[in-house]
Amino acid sequence: MKVLTDNFSIYWHGFLGTLELTVVSAVLALLLGVLTASFRVSPVRPLRAFGTGWVTVLRNTPLTLLFFVVVLGLPRFDIVLPFFTFAVLALGCYTSAFVCEALRSGINTVPSGQGEAARSLGMTFGQTLGTVVLPQAYRSVVAPIGSVMIALAKNTAIAGSFSVVELLGTYRTINELGYSILWTFVWIAVGYLIITLAISAIFNLLERRAAVSR
Amino acid sequence: MSTAGFTPLIELSGVNKHYGQLHVLQDIDLTVGRGEVVVVIGPSGSGKSTLCRAINRLEPVESGTITIDGVPLPEEGRGLAMLRAEVGMVFQSFNLFAHKTVLQNVTLAPLKVRKRGKEEAERKARDLLDRVGLASQADKYPAQLSGGQQQRVAIARALAMDPKALLFDEPTSALDPEMINEVLDVMRQLAREGMTMVVVTHEMGFARASANRVVFMADGRILEDRPPEEFFGSPSTERAKDFLSKILKH
Repeated sequence: MKVLTDNFSIYWHGFLGTLELTVVSAVLALLLGVLTASFRVSPVRPLRAFGTGWVTVLRNTPLTLLFFVVVLGLPRFDIVLPFFTFAVLALGCYTSAFVCEALRSGINTVPSGQGEAARSLGMTFGQTLGTVVLPQAYRSVVAPIGSVMIALAKNTAIAGSFSVVELLGTYRTINELGYSILWTFVWIAVGYLIITLAISAIFNLLERRAAVSR
Repeated sequence: MSTAGFTPLIELSGVNKHYGQLHVLQDIDLTVGRGEVVVVIGPSGSGKSTLCRAINRLEPVESGTITIDGVPLPEEGRGLAMLRAEVGMVFQSFNLFAHKTVLQNVTLAPLKVRKRGKEEAERKARDLLDRVGLASQADKYPAQLSGGQQQRVAIARALAMDPKALLFDEPTSALDPEMINEVLDVMRQLAREGMTMVVVTHEMGFARASANRVVFMADGRILEDRPPEEFFGSPSTERAKDFLSKILKH
């Protein structure tokens, strides 16, 4: 307990860093995920190809490698951003590929007749997707997207190696101060648990709400 | 029934489509006049559903032209959506929006596509639901209705767009026998009111009583296109004679 109380401020900053990374990257991942999923089911061939390429590249690249690409690659094109922003870009784009695939499998659970009926009424692709297909896909994607978000929270740990303040990285400072390495990590694990269990709880709630509304 | 003077509303010419090796639509020429009721019959696999779905491009075709009220059907995009709004479609499996109430099903497209006000759309929707005898079901979800009721809602949903024509793709084939009539009643009334209709069906009674023309299809071709009394009285092709003898015997 002494490890926690003595270093509470270090832990707290790390915890907030991880939380912030998770939340901001999650928003980016969800936005990009919805966008690329709609690309992948769109009637426009170049958009479909782009969506497929996006998912293939990002889902099959190790996240650490992606961090290197963003942190070392973008400055070569004179894009110099704070490390936090770099980390959000890497995490958000990486996770969006998984969100996209979860959404796409949800879209595929909606009978094709639903989309046909919407199109036969003169609704555009966007209207069909937004008002008929995605709302019906929602229920079946809540659980898998919850898993993707939990994975995202844990993946933020990689950002610590790229000069971003986050929870896992706090062990270096605390360890240098001579505290027990075991207890240092126990408290770090507790911090991650708080975040991941909160995500689970939120998605359980969403799932239950979706089940009630038919 | 048919109005004086024949003005074409739906025109197909030289339409072809393959499913892999299968040539489902072979050089289809078909013209449907304003106010006409054209019933398409034929054995299963003859391409009649595909024909019906090709008219609003739910099935893309490989060659030939399809025009609605003089406007050729665009390939994709907003133009196609606008043209589809003019042609209502009723499906075999109803395809009501499962997550929306009956009233929302009927108002959705008028609100989103026609950009009508909510009040106007709802008033019109309630009128239409009343017309198909379902005014009291407005707040239920599709899954709470019988098949016949769902199909009548689907017809109301199509009518809410004030379409120039209605396409029916086997509207009664998924229904229990006792529910078929409640749907056919609505269709008969529409026919009497002068709605332009293309109906793919196995209901020969409806074809006899309400059709201006019967189109007989087999193996992707239109073999006969004649008034119902002539077609049922003396079919000119062997294929049609054979088909009729099989379905009319029992």
